[in-house]
Amino acid sequence: MITTENISKKYGSAEVLNIEKLEIPTGQSFGLVGNNGAGKTTYFNLLLDLIRPTTGSIANNDVKVDESESWKMFTGSFIDESFLIGYLTPEEYFSFVGDLRGLNKADINQFLSRFEEFFNGEVLDRKKYLRDLSKGNQKKVGIVAALMGNPSVIILDEPFANLDPTTQIRLKKFLKELTTNREVTVLISSHDLSHVTEVCERIVVLDKGKMVKDIQTSKETLKELESYFSLQTES
Amino acid sequence: MIKHFLRLEWKQYFRSSYWQTGLALKIVMIFFALYFLVSFLALGIGSFFIIKKLYPESDPLLVVNSYLVFAFLGDLVVRYLMQKLPIMNIKPLLIHPIRKKSIVHYVLTKSSFSFFNILPVFFYLPFSIVLIGQGYEVMGSLAWFFAMIFIVQTSNFINFLINKNQKAFYIIASVLLILVSTQYFGFFDIASYIGSVFNALYANPIYVVIPIITAVGMYYLNHKQLVTKVYLDDVVSAKTKEAKSADLSWADRLGSVAPFIKNDIRLIWRNKRPRTVFLMSFVFVLYALIFFTQEVYEQKMPWMLIFASVFVTGGFVLNFGQFIPAWDSAYYRMLMSQNIKYRLFLESKWHLMVVMTGALYILSIPYLYFGLDKFLMITAGAIFNIGFNSLFLLYAGSFNRKRIDLDKSAFANYQGTSATQFIVIIPILGLPMLLFALFNYFLGFNSGIIAIATVGIITIVFKNYFMNLIEKKYLRDKYAAIHAFSKKA
Repeated sequence: MITTENISKKYGSAEVLNIEKLEIPTGQSFGLVGNNGAGKTTYFNLLLDLIRPTTGSIANNDVKVDESESWKMFTGSFIDESFLIGYLTPEEYFSFVGDLRGLNKADINQFLSRFEEFFNGEVLDRKKYLRDLSKGNQKKVGIVAALMGNPSVIILDEPFANLDPTTQIRLKKFLKELTTNREVTVLISSHDLSHVTEVCERIVVLDKGKMVKDIQTSKETLKELESYFSLQTES
Repeated sequence: MIKHFLRLEWKQYFRSSYWQTGLALKIVMIFFALYFLVSFLALGIGSFFIIKKLYPESDPLLVVNSYLVFAFLGDLVVRYLMQKLPIMNIKPLLIHPIRKKSIVHYVLTKSSFSFFNILPVFFYLPFSIVLIGQGYEVMGSLAWFFAMIFIVQTSNFINFLINKNQKAFYIIASVLLILVSTQYFGFFDIASYIGSVFNALYANPIYVVIPIITAVGMYYLNHKQLVTKVYLDDVVSAKTKEAKSADLSWADRLGSVAPFIKNDIRLIWRNKRPRTVFLMSFVFVLYALIFFTQEVYEQKMPWMLIFASVFVTGGFVLNFGQFIPAWDSAYYRMLMSQNIKYRLFLESKWHLMVVMTGALYILSIPYLYFGLDKFLMITAGAIFNIGFNSLFLLYAGSFNRKRIDLDKSAFANYQGTSATQFIVIIPILGLPMLLFALFNYFLGFNSGIIAIATVGIITIVFKNYFMNLIEKKYLRDKYAAIHAFSKKA
C-alpha cells in the first residue's frame, strides 16, 4: 500500500505537483499518464526520496520515504539511463545490484536466465560496458535490475520508450505476471496510452501537476483517454 | 559495503575513457603524471639542502614553516577553482538499498584521496624523512608531517563546505593577498609570526592532535550537511544554466558567413572547454614576459624570443585552431546533412582566428616597453599567425579524427588529441623560429623579422587559393571524419 497525502512540489513559485490524496493498494498495477511536464517523473522521484516534497509525504508500506530508508529493501525502480553505472558491464551491474539485494551468485544466474529471451542475446556476454550499449539495451538492463530480489513494489518510469516492439510485448507480459498473485505493486508511467491500458488495472491522469482522472481500466478506457488527450489539443 | 565501493572505484578508474586513448597518448599522460610526482619528490628531498645553502644561518624547517600559511591559503584558492566533490557519481546508487549515510561517507572518503591531497604527501613525506636523517627529533618530525597531512585534509573539506560560495572565496583570496603584500613590502613579518605556530608543533608533538581533530571535525560537518542534501534537485543535480542569448545581430553584416560566425561564438562562449581556450589565450599574451625579462635569451637564443612572440598573439589560433573541426564533432553529422557550404563553415573559423589574433595584438602593445625590436617580433608573429598559422591549422584540421566533448574541462584534457596535434606544432612554431634564426644569423635582425612577416603576407595574399585547397581536402575526407566523430571515446 502506497499512501500519498497532500504532497506538493514547488520550484520557486512554480508548482509542478500537487496531489491531495492517492492510495495505491498492494498488488495493484498502477499507471500514470500525462503530457510532458504533467508531473509523472516528479511523483516517482518523490516516491523514491530522490527529491524532497514541499509539503506532505508519501508512505511506502507504512514507511515514510523521507524519514526512513528501509523501504529501499523492498522497492525496485528504474527511472532513466543516468541511474546505470556506465563503466560496468551488464553482468557486473547485475551482480552489484544482486549483492545489495541479498542474492548470491547462483541466485543471480538463475534470475538472469529467466530473461535470456528478453535480452535477445544483445546484453549478456557481449563484453561491452553499459555506457556503450544502445538506449534500448540500457533500458532492458535497468528494468531487469529493478526486478532483482523479488521487490514488492516496482517503479518504472517510461518503461516502453526506446524498446523494440517484440520487447514491449514481452515486457507487458512480465508486468502482468507480476501482479497476478496480488503481492507485487507495479507503478509505471507512460506516454503510450495503449500500453498502459493493456498493463494497468488503474490509470491516473496527471495534468500540470494535478490528478484529473482516476480510472479503473475497462474496455472503454483507451477510448476515454484518447478522447481526453485529443480534447486537450483543441482547448 | 566498503568492498563494493572499492571495487567500483577500481573499475571506474581503469575503465575511464582516458585509458581507451591511443598508446602514444597514454605514454605522454603517464609521463606528465610521473613528472609532477618526481618534481614534488625532488623538491621534498632537495628543499632542505637548498634552503641550507641559501640561508646558511637559518633553520630550514623554520623557513618552510614561515611560508606554510601562504601555501595553505594558495592551496584553498586553487581548490576552489579546480576541485569539485565527485557527487554526480552517486546518482546510480540512490535507487538501491544503500544507506545515504554510507553513500556520503564514500564520497567524502574518496575525496580524501584526490590528486590535490596526494601531491602534497610527495613533498612533506620526503622532507620529513630528510629532517629525521639530518638529526631532527623523530617524534617532532613525525608530528609535523602528520599535522601537514591533516591540514591538507582540512583544506579538502573546508573547500567542500565553501562549496563554490563566492563570498568565502573572495575572503580567502583577499586574506592571501593582504598577507603576501604585507610580507612583501615589509610592513609586518607575518610569515615568522604564523610560522612559530608550526614550530610549536615540532617542539611539542602532542599538538598534532589539533589538526587531526580539526580535520575529523570538518569531515563530520561535511557529512552532516551532505546527508540532508543528497537529492536530485539539490547537490546531485547537473546544474542547468539559464540560457542567455546575447544579441549577435551585428554579425549579420558579415554576409553569408554570419550564421556560422554566430554559431561559433555561441560554441565558444557556452561550452566549458572552448571557453577555457578562449580565456586562456588572453593569459598567453603575458607569456613573453618570461622571455623578455631574461637577458640570456636576448644574448644567446634570440630565436627563443620569436617562439614567445608567436605565442603572445597565437594563443587562440594555436589552441582553438588545432581542434578544428573537432569542436563541432558532436553534431558533425547534422551539419553535413544540412544544405551548407563547407567553405563558409571553414571561413567562419578563419574569421574568428583572424579577429582574435588582431585583438590579442592590440593587447600586446604594452610590450613596446621592452623596446621596438621586441614589439616588431610580436608584430611579425601576429602576421604569421594571421596568415600562415590560421590556414595551416585549418588544413591540419582535416586530419583530426578524434571527437571532443565540449563540456569537459580543458585542463589536462587530452581528448581529441592525436599525433596530428604533435606534428603541427613543428611548422607553426618551428618555421618562424627557423626563418628568424637563419636570416638573423646571416643578414641581421631586421631581415629575420621581415622573413617571418613575408611568409605571413604571402599566405594572406593567396588566401583564396589555399582555402580552395583546404575545402577540397575537407570534402575528400568528409566520410572519414563523419565516421570518426560519431564514435564516442
